[in-house]
Amino acid sequence: MHKITRKRVLAPKITRFSVEAPEVARARKPGQFVVIRADETSERVPLTIVDSDLEKGTIDLIIQDAGFSTHVLSGYEEGDELTDVLGPLGKPTHMDNFGTVVCVGGGVGTAVLYPIVKGLKEAGNTVITINGARNKELLILEEELGAVSDELIITTDDGSYGIKGFGSTVLQGLIDEGKKIDFVVAIGPTMMMKAVAEVTRPYEIPTIASLNAIMIDGTGMCGGCRVTVGDEVKFACVDGPEFDAHLVDFDEQIAKHHYYDTEQACQMEKIIADAEQERS
Amino acid sequence: MAEEKRSRPPRKKKERIPRQEMPVRSPEERNRDFNEVTLGFSEELALTEAKRCLQCPTHPCVDGCPVSVDIPGFIHLVTEGDFIGAAQKIKETNLLPAVCGRVCPQEEQCEQVCVVGKIDQPVAIGRLERFVADYEREHGKVSLPEIAPKSGKKVAVIGSGPASITVSYELLQAGHQVTIYEALHELGGVLVYGIPEFRLPKSIVASEIDTIKKLGAEIKLNMLIGKTRTIDQLMEEDGFDAVFIGTGAGLPVFLNLPGENLNGISSANEFLTRVNLMKAYREEYVTPVKVGKKVAVIGAGNVAMDSARSAKRVGGDGTEVSIIYRRARDQMPAREEEIHHAEEEGIIFNLLTNPVRFIGDEKNNVTQVECIKMELGEPDDSGRRRPIPIEGSEHIIEADTVIVALGTRPRKFIAETTPDLKTSKWGTFLADEETGQTSKQGVFAGGDIVTGSATVIKAMGAGRVAAKAINEYLAG
Ligand SMILES: Cc1cc2nc3c(=O)[nH]c(=O)nc-3n(C[C@H](O)[C@H](O)[C@H](O)COP(=O)(O)OP(=O)(O)OC[C@H]3O[C@@H](n4cnc5c(N)ncnc54)[C@H](O)[C@@H]3O)c2cc1C
Ligand SMILES: Cc1cc2nc3c(=O)[nH]c(=O)nc-3n(C[C@H](O)[C@H](O)[C@H](O)COP(=O)(O)OP(=O)(O)OC[C@H]3O[C@@H](n4cnc5c(N)ncnc54)[C@H](O)[C@@H]3O)c2cc1C
Ligand code: SF4
Ligand code: SF4
Ligand code: FES
Repeated sequence: MHKITRKRVLAPKITRFSVEAPEVARARKPGQFVVIRADETSERVPLTIVDSDLEKGTIDLIIQDAGFSTHVLSGYEEGDELTDVLGPLGKPTHMDNFGTVVCVGGGVGTAVLYPIVKGLKEAGNTVITINGARNKELLILEEELGAVSDELIITTDDGSYGIKGFGSTVLQGLIDEGKKIDFVVAIGPTMMMKAVAEVTRPYEIPTIASLNAIMIDGTGMCGGCRVTVGDEVKFACVDGPEFDAHLVDFDEQIAKHHYYDTEQACQMEKIIADAEQERS
Repeated sequence: MAEEKRSRPPRKKKERIPRQEMPVRSPEERNRDFNEVTLGFSEELALTEAKRCLQCPTHPCVDGCPVSVDIPGFIHLVTEGDFIGAAQKIKETNLLPAVCGRVCPQEEQCEQVCVVGKIDQPVAIGRLERFVADYEREHGKVSLPEIAPKSGKKVAVIGSGPASITVSYELLQAGHQVTIYEALHELGGVLVYGIPEFRLPKSIVASEIDTIKKLGAEIKLNMLIGKTRTIDQLMEEDGFDAVFIGTGAGLPVFLNLPGENLNGISSANEFLTRVNLMKAYREEYVTPVKVGKKVAVIGAGNVAMDSARSAKRVGGDGTEVSIIYRRARDQMPAREEEIHHAEEEGIIFNLLTNPVRFIGDEKNNVTQVECIKMELGEPDDSGRRRPIPIEGSEHIIEADTVIVALGTRPRKFIAETTPDLKTSKWGTFLADEETGQTSKQGVFAGGDIVTGSATVIKAMGAGRVAAKAINEYLAG
């Protein structure tokens, strides 16, 4: 059992947990993730390891309430326990001194991005981070990212804070200004990563995206996380989750995310019905 | 002619007892749930069947069994009504009789060489094995073996399939400390995530595994060796004196055909994991599983039959399930019993048919499989006649769900992080057949990780061999 030692609500529907998992804390590197199962009847859910504390034997997870399982998880409190935490999974981010790196994070993807920004900074890069959210309220990790980036640019879709617009547009702006960019990391909604890939493609700037493929086991056993990268099919949990953004078939990924829509809608209806029953 | 034969004086013939059939639930009934299909012998049936054994002094059946179960010995105890004694007799060499009695390919092993089989149907060894094991469990009479004094040695066992369970059992008995590292959240390997409930109830697997827990094995779940810890860390930092690798062959193989990545196309492992491990067919479990109106399963081994029959159960009445297989019926690798059960349950067989591509709609959901007809040519390496495509025979099979059941290969987590472990070009570990010894000192391996996909009992046989060698290694 893995006890939740700390809980903080970062933004509406975005919660940060510290969870006891000493073996994972010891082995993990930036870019890796865990697969957790809250209790016996729960799904297995992949979540990025945002940070770890070796002394306390804990890892930090940031969870966005996006559907049934993440909704239930967001309701967990300090002292509650997760039945299963498996990891670290996936390949760590390839850390190198590339020169100037732009990291584009969107939504909860910012959580996935944070350990990578930190790692890239430690590897000696000049790091420009573009942290985007739909609005000011939903923005997370501003302070943390600021502390590990050379430059932090905030964007919101509605202009309620920072620059109005998308991260990909800001990135295009930097390129247009003539900034020499050696490497780009994009992590967020699939549409956003696709847009970033299209911005950097003409300039041949090496770009990686971290895919949130649908996963079941996370150990290379099911092939549910298949992604088409160039003319190869890869398993995101083993070969990824990061891939060359210029080669990923993002449209296929978007389609995969809609495949279980009706089933998930049913589960959400169940939560709402249960909640209403409790109230009455 | 026939009459003439019958009028001859019946010699010893009238004493001949026919092979006893096991009660089976009707296809209409069993297609609606995941409860077991076959119901097992009653005491009476078991006693009658046991009498068919001739107690041959040469007992070829024992040689046909990969773990050399004392077959005449246990069957003799059955004839005496000592069912518990019979179960204990089997357990001298086979820890999982309730499992093997159900899933062993007996018709190719112990029963194939049974002397009675030369003139009649062989003795139903598997059914008897299942009966006594069930009897022992249901009567709460499962006894623990004696354990040797503590040796002070520690062994890490990686994976928890049949090979690992067997190794653990034997090493615990020898007084060693055993820690099992399993990547998933449940013990049992393919027995829990692969083989469906209706063929092998999970409560049976759990109770058989319970023995190793009671013997004091330390269990570490959610530990992917090669990621959470490496073999070298286990040996150098965590103080293990020896390691057994029984990680099976879990990586699903795909066809590499156009459109294979469409929605609705999954590996058998994904489908069966959703259903078995994540229990998607049960209301209270959250994991979704989607089965449409027309399911195509590609392949014809046990895994394909399990997938097809599970899909039929999940999909319900309106769901049509078919098998697509490029060879002919008598070349299907699945056990005859499974094929027979699948046919009874209404699974359609598209034989001598091979997929060429998958076709989807605007949402990227699969809708059709384009196939080509095959004919059998000359025998290939495996001795089976090679299927050859018939030009111009392309045709469409409608399918909104496709399950690819073509086999599995080993995963690479351990090989990649343990460079001194030698592997074959298929990724299996090279290990001595007589000992399970790998190219790395103190590291042994057995089961599917060494042989590629095989059988439960072969994995257990490899486990026994390795346990013996590990005992010798630790003593030396
Ligand atoms: C490697 C990896 C790292 C991730 N890291 C984080 C993280 O740090 N924080 C975070 O909040 N989320 C993260 N995710 C996404 C998270 O796993 C999904 O949001 C979650 O599984 C959705 O489950 P649900 O039942 O709450 O929602 P559902 O109701 O199942 O689905 C809601 C939406 O999420 C999509 N989704 C469903 N299952 C998955 C899945 N297994 N992976 C990705 N998307 C899925 C659906 O297609 C749908 O669009 C990560 C995903 C991957 C693959
Ligand atoms: C659907 C299906 C039906 C089958 N039907 C039959 C049948 O009817 N009769 C029969 O005899 N055989 C059958 N088989 C084959 C049989 O199940 C296998 O041959 C047998 O289970 C192999 O046993 P094993 O101990 O080698 O490994 P497995 O049972 O494969 O177990 C390996 C275990 O190791 C774990 N693992 C893997 N890598 C790691 C790692 N790096 N760290 C930690 N743990 C790890 C896995 O999670 C798994 O639990 C079937 C197989 C399948 C898939
Ligand atoms: S373990 Fe399998 S092969 Fe051996 S006797 Fe039992 S059924 Fe036959
Ligand atoms: S070969 Fe058949 S008849 Fe002879 S001992 Fe074995 S089971 Fe009995
Ligand atoms: S999640 Fe199962 S193979 Fe990647």
